[in-house]
Amino acid sequence: MIELAWLIPLLPAIAFFIIIFLVRPLRLFSALTAVVAIGLSFAFSLAVLAEVIWRGISMEQPLELASRWLALPGLTVEAGLLIDPLTAVMLVVVTSVSLLVAIYSIGYMHGDPGFSVFFAYISLFVSSMLGLVVANNYFQMFFFWELVGLCSYLLIGFYLHRPTAVAANIKAFVVNRIGDFGFMLGTFMLFLGFGTFNFLELAEAFKGANPAFLTLTALLVFCGPVAKSAQFPLHVWLPDAMEGPTPVSALIHAATMVAAGVYLLARGFILFASAPQAQLVVAYIGGFTAILAATMALAQEDIKRILAYSTISQLGYMVMAMGVGSLTAGMFHLTTHAFFKALLFLAAGSIYHALDELNIYRMGGLAKSMKITSGTLVIGALALAGVPPFSGFWSKDEILLAAYSHGYAGLYVLATITAFLTSFYIFRLVFVALFGRERAAFHAHEAPGVMTVPLVLLAVLAVVAGFVGAPFVAHGFGSFVYFAEPEHAVPNITVMAVSTAVALLGIGGAWWVYGRRQPASEPLAAVAPALHRLLYHRYYIDDFYLWIFRVIVLGLGAAFNWCERHVVDGIFDGLADCIRASGRRLRRVQVGRLQSYALVIFAAVVIIVFWMALPVLGGIR
Amino acid sequence: MSFPVLSTILLAPVAGLLTILCLPEREERLIKITAAVATFVSLAFSVYVFLAYDKAKAGLQFLETIPWVQPFGINYALGVDGMSVPLVLLTAIVIFTGVFASWDMEHRVKEFFVFLLMLVTGVFGVFMSRDLFFFYFFFEVAVIPMYILIGVWGSTRKEYSAMKLTLYLLVGSAFALIGLISLYLAGSAALGYPTFDIATLGSVGYDLSFQRWVSFLILFGFGVLVPIWPLHLWSPDGHVAAPTAVSMLHAGVLMKLGAYALLRVGAFFMPEGIKFWAPLIAVLCLVNVVYGALVAMQQRDLKFVIGYSSVSHMGYVLLGVAALNLFSITGAVTQMFAHGIMTALFFALVGQVYHKSHTREIALFGGLAHQMPRVAAGWLIGGLASLGLPGLNNFVAEFLIFIGAFTREQALFGGLLSFRVIAVLATLGVVVTAIYVLRVFKHVFLGPRQAQWDHLRDAHGAEVVPIAVLCGVLILFGILPSPLVDVIQVSVGSLVAKLESAVQIGGIF
Amino acid sequence: MIGLGHYLVVAGGLFAIGLFGALAKRNAIAILMGIELMLNAVNLNFIAFNRFLAPAQVVGHVFAVCVIVVAAAEVAVGLAIVLGIYRRHLSTDVEHFDWLKW
Repeated sequence: MIELAWLIPLLPAIAFFIIIFLVRPLRLFSALTAVVAIGLSFAFSLAVLAEVIWRGISMEQPLELASRWLALPGLTVEAGLLIDPLTAVMLVVVTSVSLLVAIYSIGYMHGDPGFSVFFAYISLFVSSMLGLVVANNYFQMFFFWELVGLCSYLLIGFYLHRPTAVAANIKAFVVNRIGDFGFMLGTFMLFLGFGTFNFLELAEAFKGANPAFLTLTALLVFCGPVAKSAQFPLHVWLPDAMEGPTPVSALIHAATMVAAGVYLLARGFILFASAPQAQLVVAYIGGFTAILAATMALAQEDIKRILAYSTISQLGYMVMAMGVGSLTAGMFHLTTHAFFKALLFLAAGSIYHALDELNIYRMGGLAKSMKITSGTLVIGALALAGVPPFSGFWSKDEILLAAYSHGYAGLYVLATITAFLTSFYIFRLVFVALFGRERAAFHAHEAPGVMTVPLVLLAVLAVVAGFVGAPFVAHGFGSFVYFAEPEHAVPNITVMAVSTAVALLGIGGAWWVYGRRQPASEPLAAVAPALHRLLYHRYYIDDFYLWIFRVIVLGLGAAFNWCERHVVDGIFDGLADCIRASGRRLRRVQVGRLQSYALVIFAAVVIIVFWMALPVLGGIR
Repeated sequence: MSFPVLSTILLAPVAGLLTILCLPEREERLIKITAAVATFVSLAFSVYVFLAYDKAKAGLQFLETIPWVQPFGINYALGVDGMSVPLVLLTAIVIFTGVFASWDMEHRVKEFFVFLLMLVTGVFGVFMSRDLFFFYFFFEVAVIPMYILIGVWGSTRKEYSAMKLTLYLLVGSAFALIGLISLYLAGSAALGYPTFDIATLGSVGYDLSFQRWVSFLILFGFGVLVPIWPLHLWSPDGHVAAPTAVSMLHAGVLMKLGAYALLRVGAFFMPEGIKFWAPLIAVLCLVNVVYGALVAMQQRDLKFVIGYSSVSHMGYVLLGVAALNLFSITGAVTQMFAHGIMTALFFALVGQVYHKSHTREIALFGGLAHQMPRVAAGWLIGGLASLGLPGLNNFVAEFLIFIGAFTREQALFGGLLSFRVIAVLATLGVVVTAIYVLRVFKHVFLGPRQAQWDHLRDAHGAEVVPIAVLCGVLILFGILPSPLVDVIQVSVGSLVAKLESAVQIGGIF
Repeated sequence: MIGLGHYLVVAGGLFAIGLFGALAKRNAIAILMGIELMLNAVNLNFIAFNRFLAPAQVVGHVFAVCVIVVAAAEVAVGLAIVLGIYRRHLSTDVEHFDWLKW
């Protein structure tokens, strides 16, 4: 069975081509094609997971299947599968969320003119994402890494008539390109140093390698996750990416694609483990991003944007977990986050579907009219806030514990503050949007079953997914997905108590400010307008980048263009003008009278004959 | 002697040309069908050659020799090796799709197709000649019809551009001619008998200082065609002025003649000479890549954008040539193929948009994807290929070039610059490419629907052929590159072996 | 005894007359006649050299016959051009023939 794992990425790719070339005019059939293909991939993934457990394939003894994709003497690029518990978990996470989102989209995208194309893109995305997950080498990883970026580009700009959407997709692609530039150089470095891209071969080769070289390589490779997982300073694209349809935000920009960066860190963990300085950078970038994005989320009013900043912040957590050296914690949080964040987005999508409104200050009281949506949204919020026993609590606790026990006290404090901010901003959303009075006249109605069923299923997952890694489970997540040696989670009561306390404090604080008073607009704007402006404008980082682009890149382009037209072209056109001018002068010689030409010719003949006769005449005396 | 496959490829356009000459002028449809059939014959045989080329045997295959002028050692000799097979295939694909891209041609149809077929005969000839004389002969056959094609059927500033292009190329080929004649004379003197045979002349070990100067002539002469900065100005102007099919051939194939000649004559004949000039090529190629991309960002005319993107992309080919190792040169030849297909696709699409809307001003467009989804999809695929997205052919080429350049450890200009720095900076060009390609795509195809463009009809009928074929090739060799790369690398391998055995000449670099 | 020298002198004189006619005359037909005279002077030289220097061979005769043929052709073409120009411009004066100028 496991030998057929290559079918997992292939099936959605086939679905993509079938939809594009065959069934595009038949809308429902297109959706079914995509759902069936993803469903089959999901079934295969479950089978792979079962077989990994049953066969005892562990992190130390993975299963590798590879075939040659491109080979030159001294350079072999493989297309392969690397199956270990990490892959198996990721496959199940990606396919399950994809399947639920695809089903949800049948309802959400209903009536959209691009309905079929949407499902084609989703299939292509799932295929690329799965290709990335099963990759057995950095090259293949990069290959699919770029393809998921393409799908993200296509889906952000899906509503191509919206100017904001088409601006956002360019931003996303270009920012990712900058990160990928580093990632590409990193893979070149790996090839340069070790002559291979293969994960397993590289793991062997790192032993005894030059540490400075490894540090540089690791930092370059890390550029990829910085862009893809929206870490500071390349986080700017993700909030704008919310211009895409909401299922896309849930699937690509919350649950799966943005987590690919974290997955790469897990896959290439040994590289970072061999370069401690690089790992330190990873940890601090992650921690800083987590708190930075959490503060930005405080001032946003667009429901999807709040969730987007929350995603950045949570990704920061995962990256930090990788950085402090706990692969288990990072992957565990990735898994639970995929479920509860997809849930939050889909619930937000359900609200948008009903109200056609994204600003939370124009909602309110939705809990009465949209019971299922509100209920699932609250479950998602509790999971995100880290309230026990919801899934987010267990995984976040693992990360805090890892930071605490690996001796990163500063990061632990930072992460705990972030946890408080997280529960505060998410319950701000809950209290303003779902409870209290209705701030605008609207007629909210519950979404159709095809949308609510995935919501409920995700809500169940958001509750129970945490138990696989909870400390009281004997052979849990930590003994399955780990680096070097299985991690047996030892419950640390202090850490758990503190994190529960800050979560509840955050909820209480949100209720105090937003639930009790029911403000009509953002109270922070009235209390501290400067701070609010700073947060609302995301510390002006985007504006700074835009300025760099406008002034430096376009300016350089304009300068070069001027130089092209005036200097380079000027020189050559000037040369041509010189020749033309000398021709204009020289043409005076051609008087146009036949006989003067004849005279010149004759004179020339005489001179030539005389010159040839010179030796006979005895030379010039 | 077996069936002369290469002569068939070469002479099928000639047969088509002669048939068209005999047809009456008003039979436009028949003329177009004749051209399509003639180029299809070439394409079919090129595909056959590509598939039948024996990679295990390597070297020159499908040989044909007819003695021509014995006293000077000139033979009509054809043959292809791994470097020329993909380029012959490229030429055949581009001209075949080019004929379909000119299906809506209305002005002096007969003469247009006669010159077009003449042009392509020359290009085929260059890629297949084993004889230096015919190499140059076909080279000129390819350059001259271009003047007429642009001057008569062109658009913006056509006379100026046609003259500019012809002058640049003729100055270049004059330098190249001096180089080629010097090689012929020196080679024949060393061998003791006159010959124009490329393989024989290439086996002569030329004197080092001779190599240094003659390789400069070759570099200058053929470098104009690549085009190497700052001798590139003919190409954007020429691209813009030329009619669709000519732009396709021009950017798709003609520029590759220069790079091919640099490898075939420059590196193969004078390994030491090319090694001597490689640092200069490396620096200039960097200018090509970065400068070309930044200038492309500033253009307002669609065709100018693509013209400068060609300058930028051919910089990668030059980088591959300059790095002089197996990966990089294999990548350079792959890039020639990939860029040829991609840029032909671009010009075919711009041609359609221009033909229907009568403008190429980027600022005037917007939201064309609503009216022309197929054109938009084709453009997107071309654009993604251009920015080196995996899954499309150009990525494989650029990856090999970068790997090749990256693995080359050489300090240039007395340690002021290293090859790796150049490789890194050239890789940065990929980011800039992404910016301008996507910006243009956004300005032209995305955004709200505009009623003023509602009369534009999406690609249909013959117009679909170039989009489908070219996109198909890009995707096919992007997903499965090894059939292409394996053919190229067998011949590059022997070239690199020769380069490695050559000693390094110390000098100003 | 008439020797080579005499022939050369006559031929030289003839050539000079022809040259003068070709360079100085204005009438196109006269110029053509001058050219004919020069050609005939050359012919005379060929025959004379052949007769006195290499009597056994007939090289000079061959060349002379060639020149006569070429001269005839040239006159035919030349007169046709002159006639054509005359029909258009009603003039055979070479002073007016300056359309090739610039």
